[in-house]
Amino acid sequence: MYTQACRRLEGVVLALALVMGGVAARADGGEWKAGNRLPDLSTFGLEGALPAIQGKVLVVDFWASWCGPCRASFPVLEELSRKYASQGVVLLGVNVDADAAKMEVFLKDHPVTFPVVRDAAGRLVKDAQIAAMPTTIIVGADGVIAAIHSGFSVKEGPGKLAASIEESLGKAGKKKE
Amino acid sequence: MKILFVLSLVAAALAGTGCTTVQPWERGRLAEYSMRADRDPFDDSMQEHVYFTREAAAGGRGVGGGGCGCN
Repeated sequence: MYTQACRRLEGVVLALALVMGGVAARADGGEWKAGNRLPDLSTFGLEGALPAIQGKVLVVDFWASWCGPCRASFPVLEELSRKYASQGVVLLGVNVDADAAKMEVFLKDHPVTFPVVRDAAGRLVKDAQIAAMPTTIIVGADGVIAAIHSGFSVKEGPGKLAASIEESLGKAGKKKE
Repeated sequence: MKILFVLSLVAAALAGTGCTTVQPWERGRLAEYSMRADRDPFDDSMQEHVYFTREAAAGGRGVGGGGCGCN
């Protein structure tokens, strides 16, 4: 009886160790970096409809209602979304709030026209391993991450984000030619 | 076998401890109003008073006085 219990416990501890090891290895993998391909967003169980991103420059913004700089960044992101929509740029907000109601209140106070999905389980943000809130990721039309912007500066405004978008649009334009 | 059993328990206990790094996207609870040290102005003034009285130091925290605890 005791031996059986020991064996079972050994199995559980071993399985736990393997899982924890796997998680640690994934966390250090750093797959979300410039030059790497963006993973398929539809596999992360996001709440909300994902926009069509095939062949378009994608701007993924991780944000939360409790994040102060996110409040400042939203009008800028909306401005960028409107400015570049006609050129094939899609902006996608990824909310990481634990409470959906808080996200709704935020969106009521800071309305935007670009699509927003909620990463309720935190699977996407864990995979991305972002360094700060908000984090904005520019993905080229080829699906490869072009730039990662950590945080948001009111002083800088849309400058760096716009520059990254322009660069990605330029590359997409050259490929078409 | 018994040692392995005990070691496994210890390892499981260690793995289950609460020491963890709060990730940037997990700071929602920390950002709540109730987590702010300055959420209650009255409590703040009382804390300031006790602090400067106990430390026998004047100023530096926005409260005047000579550190005697008499004001």
